[in-house]
Amino acid sequence: MKLELQNVKITDLEFGPKMDVVGEKLIIDKELLREKLLKVPGVKEIKIDLAKPGEKCRIIPVKDVIEPRVKVEGKGKGFPGVTAEVEPCGDGVVKVLKGAAVVTIGDIVGFQEGVIDMWGEGAKWTPFSKTCNIVVDITPEAGLHPHEHEATCRLVGLRASELIGEAAREAEAQESEVYELEDNHAERKKYPDLPGVVYVEMLISQGLLHDGYAYGVNTSQILPTIIHPNEELDNAIISGNCVAACDKITTYQHQNNKVIKDLFKLHGKEINFLGVILAPEMTTLDGKLRVCDYTAKLCKLLGAEGVIISEEGYGNPDSDLVMICSRCEKMGMKTVLITDECSGWDGMSQPLTDTAAEAVAVISTGNVSHVVELEKADRVLGDSEAIANLAGGWAGAYNPEDGTMKCELNAVIGATSEIGYHNATVELY
Amino acid sequence: MSKKKVLYYLNQFFGQIGGEDQAHIPPQIKEEAVGPGTAIVGQIADAAELVATFICGDNYFNENRDAVVKELEAAYEKYQPDLVIAGPAFNAGRYGVACAGVAKFFNEKGVPVVSGMYEENPGLEEARAAAYVVSTGDSAGTMRKAIPPMVKLCQKLLKGETPKPLEDDYFAQGKRLTILVEKDGSERAMEMLLKRLKGEEFTTELPMPVFDVVEPAAAIADLSKATIALVTSGGIVPQGNPDHIQSASAQMWGKYDVSELKELKGTYCTIHGGYDPVYANEWADRVAPLDELKKLEAAGKIGSVYKYFYTTTGTGTSVANSEKFGREIGAELKEAGVDGVILTST
Repeated sequence: MKLELQNVKITDLEFGPKMDVVGEKLIIDKELLREKLLKVPGVKEIKIDLAKPGEKCRIIPVKDVIEPRVKVEGKGKGFPGVTAEVEPCGDGVVKVLKGAAVVTIGDIVGFQEGVIDMWGEGAKWTPFSKTCNIVVDITPEAGLHPHEHEATCRLVGLRASELIGEAAREAEAQESEVYELEDNHAERKKYPDLPGVVYVEMLISQGLLHDGYAYGVNTSQILPTIIHPNEELDNAIISGNCVAACDKITTYQHQNNKVIKDLFKLHGKEINFLGVILAPEMTTLDGKLRVCDYTAKLCKLLGAEGVIISEEGYGNPDSDLVMICSRCEKMGMKTVLITDECSGWDGMSQPLTDTAAEAVAVISTGNVSHVVELEKADRVLGDSEAIANLAGGWAGAYNPEDGTMKCELNAVIGATSEIGYHNATVELY
Repeated sequence: MSKKKVLYYLNQFFGQIGGEDQAHIPPQIKEEAVGPGTAIVGQIADAAELVATFICGDNYFNENRDAVVKELEAAYEKYQPDLVIAGPAFNAGRYGVACAGVAKFFNEKGVPVVSGMYEENPGLEEARAAAYVVSTGDSAGTMRKAIPPMVKLCQKLLKGETPKPLEDDYFAQGKRLTILVEKDGSERAMEMLLKRLKGEEFTTELPMPVFDVVEPAAAIADLSKATIALVTSGGIVPQGNPDHIQSASAQMWGKYDVSELKELKGTYCTIHGGYDPVYANEWADRVAPLDELKKLEAAGKIGSVYKYFYTTTGTGTSVANSEKFGREIGAELKEAGVDGVILTST
């Protein structure tokens, strides 16, 4: 399987008469976008705004972030099984508006939505302050059930990514990334002496705003399953707007999964990248035991010597994380875990809710309860008052008098990304 | 720039009053450097001046805590120190515990405290959270070695710098601070993986926590006479969340009178940010089963349901806060004579 991502560099945004790229500026046809998105079931109103890096602009409450792209060669257009027919993806050529992102906001569905500040202190804590954001504000029809409301927002974001992605079709790409991995037998033959490595990507699969989707299938419905890494880089996996803003894997981060990209860099040089296992994080003990046993078994079956395990969320999934780890280690595989921690406002509390002696190699991507103070924005897209109801916010976290806001990293999109997409960590004092 | 003010704490021995026979002496203050204070304060003289040496007998300190705290309070008011130095206490147990008490007092006032102890000093556990405690030898014979790192720490603190445990050779306070670094999490994971695969040394960024083990209480002999309380971390609150309990990382718990209710359905909802709330909002008893408890009460299976229902949010709530809530709620229930508790999560 060979996937080529052709990057069309975007550093600026503007509204204009048609979707286009002029130099490094992405032109957004606002009317077309609005008209098409209004057709998504459940949508009552759509508002489009632009937010560029450095602007004193706050975006809240953010549901998902999606990269706009278009597939120009190969099967699997759009998001297979969701916005397009089911076809295998991961092979072919995709043109990517690199540097642009769709950000969905609007009436709060649940607590797991977040904030993006495009400047200042807040900008440091989110990777999406560095992207040129097309902000889609969704007003749903009255009387929608929360699950329908979430599905509507999810589809609007994905459709917006496709519609805007069309601008890349004829645009010139400045850079190309190629990801190629043949079947395991062929790769083993090519690199007989390199240690095999599997990536286990845990996905929250626990109900409203806690689900992930693979080819449109809710991951709470699957046993751990093997995918080719290219499939994830080519829109097979999307976010159901999962869990706390700081460590939800947004659709954008699936499309650009940093662990997958970094393992590809090492492939054929230091390691033999054997594949990705999606491991759903279940709510019941039986569910956890089944998934953890099954995941370790798949790693062993693939012949892994090393396993990278990334968590999504915190709390009960900490158990899944250390359970998969200890099973792999006992079977002789060496693991590295990526997780964030809940060490309290003062950083003095026990960081995880579960523990295993085998978890000796752990990357910490930061304390979700670390409190940040955000300055007053000149422009707010959405509603600052939403912070009172977000995970990581509280009543009074927003000061309407002076426009400042205080919140935990919990509420900042991508701040403690557990697929290592951001550069926060924890230091012991 | 005016010099920063330093207060020094010593026991009767290092305060040059006397040995064990003087361990009973109450606090006294000398407005000059004494004993090890002379050496340390001498080396930071360019930035700071000693305003007082607070000397107290080890036995007196440990047997008359309240009285000593009053004296510390008075010294704090009078001298307004910018930095406090206590010890080094080496492996002297009572002295170490006294230094820990001094550290705790001034830490709460926001004044940084520097101390020094041997790793087995019984005062260390309490002191390290409240002070920068340098690792010393086990006896006063190692004084000469203990002084330089204490001086270095004092200099850093006087300049307003943040010391680091490895660099500055003090026992980590256990504070996990979030910082931004050059490499992202994935790059750091790759490096750690390669080291593991090659059998090279690596350092975890998150040492595994060590858990407390709580002994279960004895069984209830006769349920039909027992008072049972309902406590949840499922974020079930009266509609409107009158006390503004957080939806994640709770900083508080709430209690609500449910003595007049047959069920929570209809008047309670969830504000918990860690699970699909739709079904709990339809019927809050799915998370905190007051309905079933009330039925058991009516049927005489249990004596009574305790008047108050206790609740908080579990998701993202630090273990330290959870322990605190548990102690507070537990104390109230015990005081009220509750015999058993139904604890539900989500």
